[in-house]
Amino acid sequence: MTPPNQAAATPDRVFRRTASIDPQKGVGAVARITAMCFRYPWRAGLAFAATVPAVLMQLAIPFILGRAIDQTLAADRDNPDVRALVLIALTLLAVSVLRGLFTLVQNYSAESVGHALAQDLRNAIYDKVQRLPFSFHDRTHSGDLITVGMLDLEGVRMYFSTALVRTLLLTLLIGIGAWLLLSTDVVMGLLALSFVPFAAWRSTVMRLTLRRTWLILQEKLGVLSQVMEENLAGIRVVRAFAAQDHEMAKFDASSKDALDYSHQRIDVRVRNTSAMTLAFFAAMGLVLLYGGRQVAAGEITVGTLATFLTFMTILQMPVRQLGLMVNAYARASTCGTRLFQLLDMPVEIDDAPDAKNLEVTEGTLRLENVGFGYQGASGQRAVSGISFEAKRGETIGILGAPGAGKTTLMHLIPRFYDPTEGAITIDGQDLRNVTLGSVREAVAIVQQDSFLFTTTIENNIAYAAPFTEERRIRGVADSAQLHDYVLGLPQQYGTVVGERGVSLSGGQRQRLSIARTLMTEPAVLIFDDSTAAIDAGTESRIRTALRGYATDRVTVIVAHRLASLKHADRILFMEDGQIVERGTHEELLALGGRYKALHDLQMHPEADVLEKEAPQ
Amino acid sequence: MSPSRRGEPRDPHDDGRPRMRAVVGSNRIEEDIFGRVFDGKVVSRIWKFVEPYRRRVWIAVAAVLVFTLSQLTIPLLIRYAIDHGMAPGAPGGLLAGIVALFGVAIAINYAASLVQERVTGQMAENVLFDIRRKMFGHLQHVSLSFMDKTEVGRLMSRLQGDVNSMQEFLETSVQSVGDIALLVGIVGVMLWLDWQLAGLVLMVLPVLFGVRVLWLAKARAAFMAAHEANSVTNNALAEAIHGVRAVQAMNRARLNAELYGELANRTYQAQLRASRLAQIMIPIVDSLTGIAMAVVVVAGGMMVASGRIEVGVMVAFLFYVQRFFDPIRSLTMQYSVMQRAMASGHRLTEVLDVEVDVTDAPDAVPLGPVDDGSVEFRNVTFGYDPAIPVLKDVSFAVASGERVALVGPTGSGKSSSISLIHRFYDVQEGAVLVGGRDVRGVTQESLGRHIAMVLQEPYLFTGTVMENIRYSSYWASDEDVIAAARAVGAHDFIAAMPGAYDAMLDERGSNLSLGQRQLLSFARALAADAKILVLDEATANIDSYTEMQIQRALQRLLEGRTGLVIAHRLATIRNADRIVVLQQGVKIEEGTHDALMAQRGLYSKLYDLNYASFDDIPDELTDADRATAT
Repeated sequence: MTPPNQAAATPDRVFRRTASIDPQKGVGAVARITAMCFRYPWRAGLAFAATVPAVLMQLAIPFILGRAIDQTLAADRDNPDVRALVLIALTLLAVSVLRGLFTLVQNYSAESVGHALAQDLRNAIYDKVQRLPFSFHDRTHSGDLITVGMLDLEGVRMYFSTALVRTLLLTLLIGIGAWLLLSTDVVMGLLALSFVPFAAWRSTVMRLTLRRTWLILQEKLGVLSQVMEENLAGIRVVRAFAAQDHEMAKFDASSKDALDYSHQRIDVRVRNTSAMTLAFFAAMGLVLLYGGRQVAAGEITVGTLATFLTFMTILQMPVRQLGLMVNAYARASTCGTRLFQLLDMPVEIDDAPDAKNLEVTEGTLRLENVGFGYQGASGQRAVSGISFEAKRGETIGILGAPGAGKTTLMHLIPRFYDPTEGAITIDGQDLRNVTLGSVREAVAIVQQDSFLFTTTIENNIAYAAPFTEERRIRGVADSAQLHDYVLGLPQQYGTVVGERGVSLSGGQRQRLSIARTLMTEPAVLIFDDSTAAIDAGTESRIRTALRGYATDRVTVIVAHRLASLKHADRILFMEDGQIVERGTHEELLALGGRYKALHDLQMHPEADVLEKEAPQ
Repeated sequence: MSPSRRGEPRDPHDDGRPRMRAVVGSNRIEEDIFGRVFDGKVVSRIWKFVEPYRRRVWIAVAAVLVFTLSQLTIPLLIRYAIDHGMAPGAPGGLLAGIVALFGVAIAINYAASLVQERVTGQMAENVLFDIRRKMFGHLQHVSLSFMDKTEVGRLMSRLQGDVNSMQEFLETSVQSVGDIALLVGIVGVMLWLDWQLAGLVLMVLPVLFGVRVLWLAKARAAFMAAHEANSVTNNALAEAIHGVRAVQAMNRARLNAELYGELANRTYQAQLRASRLAQIMIPIVDSLTGIAMAVVVVAGGMMVASGRIEVGVMVAFLFYVQRFFDPIRSLTMQYSVMQRAMASGHRLTEVLDVEVDVTDAPDAVPLGPVDDGSVEFRNVTFGYDPAIPVLKDVSFAVASGERVALVGPTGSGKSSSISLIHRFYDVQEGAVLVGGRDVRGVTQESLGRHIAMVLQEPYLFTGTVMENIRYSSYWASDEDVIAAARAVGAHDFIAAMPGAYDAMLDERGSNLSLGQRQLLSFARALAADAKILVLDEATANIDSYTEMQIQRALQRLLEGRTGLVIAHRLATIRNADRIVVLQQGVKIEEGTHDALMAQRGLYSKLYDLNYASFDDIPDELTDADRATAT
């Protein structure tokens, strides 16, 4: 009973996180993100504009300090010029304050561009994910999509402040700084800057290495956490086989793997950062030696030497962070590529350009020669040649072995997929020509596995009709035989269920799923094997409760249990994607075919029946 | 009913219609992120994990101190170079000598940073993995009732999030030793150079500290809010992805996008606020540094001019002043790290302290091949909560090689019974005997090998088909595994998979149908080749064809072993040698099918209804029977 899995056998790997990426696409993605940043021209402009004075103020400080030292040394011992010193000090203070303020403006506007961009992208991603059809979700790993929406988004968000603005900042700082130093003293300038290329190179190599190894480490940690999670979730199996030692061995293997790798990463980081520091200090030593000789020779002042040394301290940090900037570009290109791949994904099932709303008058559902094959199933059709009609008030029962195409067929009616052949119509309107929203309103389906939202039971029931009244919620819960169970819960209808709430049994989930579908008023209601975990007694009570509800619409029931559908007006027996028998319960029994065999098997599971019917 | 919750957006259509129940993203049940700053008990527990590495801790601390010392020396050497090496009339080699010393200092600095960072990083990493291993190992043995009531997600966040925040703490702890040393060192050196100038400059220090502490309280709230908003939004996205089929089926895409837009906007606002608070510190620090430098220029300048201090001292001061802020920032940061670590540490010790209620007796003996496959319940009384027994004085015996079906309505104690055979729990009264020995007197490991178990819900691990069938039965060869798969009729579909026995199963085997998963779990039990097979039959309605396959597999599985089956299907029950009927924890009937039919009790009534499964019998009937039977 797993038709979508046939498609999932060849899952789409485009959203997998790997370090490799098509360089051309990467450049395109970076260009596109850059363009998007200028959707906020004022903030982006302000960030760039504030960077210039921030850098200039930064660069002014060493000169002012050098000036202060020279001023001090030149001062008259008995009558020092206090005013000159105070003036320099005030300038220093003013420059410091301004540097801080401009940096604030620069950083804040840059980050706000990132946050604004993230907000836009979040909305776009969410909207896209919700609109992409089942076929897309079948072949895409949900975890991969979540990482696109979380980590890739983050990579793109950081781009403006850590890549773009920082590029300007570093260019100005190193460019102007170098020019100032070299024009003061070429030799000393070269000595002072000698650490820059080395540090820039090491830092870049280190960041890119760390980035690549980070992805590998994440994978290894992913394996470890999977081992732990599967162990905990399957703890009964572990205990039943007394497999604790086996499990510890599994844990140790993947744990050691991750640990060794993370030690290596620490090594890469430590060696590079220490080497960068050493290079910086070595350059400082050279400046001290050469500059000291110059000072002694009276060629330059102590103030100039101090200017050079302070300059170096100022340049040190940004140069060491050069790698971060390079990394930010790399990250933006991989993250952006994946993100845009998602955003540009065509929505295959969407409203036709001139689509009108579906108008339900008679409420007649018709399938004409419907056929469908999954993408990538090499032309193999999961269902074919399906035709039937159902009028308002009628019930259609569908059964057949797993893989017969029942669920596939059911998924075509609400347009989760579009048929590749034939047509499905309601009151003569082809579902592909009307708006998708109106189709989904007219066709409701209780799906095989019932996804519950992590929220209260009442919110879950009212999911399709959130503005409903409380009375109705209780009404449908009652019809689905859920009300009494809910009353027994600690917070009753306010009890949180779902992934992180109270866990419900399979039958309870299915009843909740039925209840929430009953909130709608569809023309066609489909039960897709949605009572498998509900016991026969409860199911028959649900059936009784729905008797009135069913008179207003077409009901289609897919089930394995004959009791679930023998009351249907027509029963369709499917095999290999086609209808092989059809008729009422009595007609099919009289026919003496597959339906009859199944009936006998279910009613009298005696050993001899088992032997006779077993397809060897 | 439900009060409005955090994370629930306001009704965008608040126009007097009934209250909207639409929410995207879930209610988050947050745990305390911050605990007390210092919790002696937690620290002593964590220290136990650090202790094996204590030599490395001392090395790291020594290295960090050397590192700090060499940091402090550098401005001093510059000072001497300026004041003595460059002074007119200084001996020629003096400057070169000072620079050579400078060279030594930076070499030491390099070595110390290499040692300190590597040792700290790797030690913290090791401790983290050790803690995790200890916890994971502990969870393998804690009582199953604890595991039953604790969500896997919660345990995983212990094993990951909490362990990680301990690691962060360990790493930064050594760092803080360095920070404190640096701060003390800077202050000390400055005072030593000139205590009056130092006194003036150091006045900004408490201001810096104060501002930072005040700021931290505010900033942390803003950071937390941003983090929280972000994770609520991410949660909503994850929900949309996981539940996309439900969303589309119920036509909620448009409304959800609207609701999500609000969440995204709230995140945006919160992040901007956090960003503002983070950046506001920059001009404050820059201004205070500016003030300190201005003080050095004016006061220091005057002192230099008057000959009180040399110019090199002033240069050194200027260098030190610019280094002030780093240790203060790290230290205030460390405060939050510590709070977080204490909260995490507390939760970690909670897990480590969960009781292990079933352990091997000191004189436990292994069950061996000579022990037979008999099972006996001798006046067993048991309850998960001893006050509420779920089994009351139950006695029955299964001879070696016999097949017994356990039958009874939900809540009758069937599942509890089979848990006892495996000694998942200990009985309160009476005894459970396997192979003629009390299960409390044998080793759990040998008991596990003596009994193979098939659970109601087949559980598969990520890995190949081969690994899944073999599981922990390392003694089973590839041929044994294939033979087991053949025996239960799983070989055909396995062979049809790409890679056959080497085919990878997805998480929980989601690329297989329920029936196929069931067959694999049968094969797993068969490969374990145990004397006793305990099986909890699946209740879900699978289609009749798969059902037939499973019935056939079951026959093969039970061949030549003792079988104890919680049966729901009539076919299974009829194939048993004997039937034990439980109701509300009491054994009410026992015997062969014919004998029970003749007895005309609950069993025969159930059977006469001719349903395919006992679980299909409407509640009213069992209720009525319960009334007559008890």
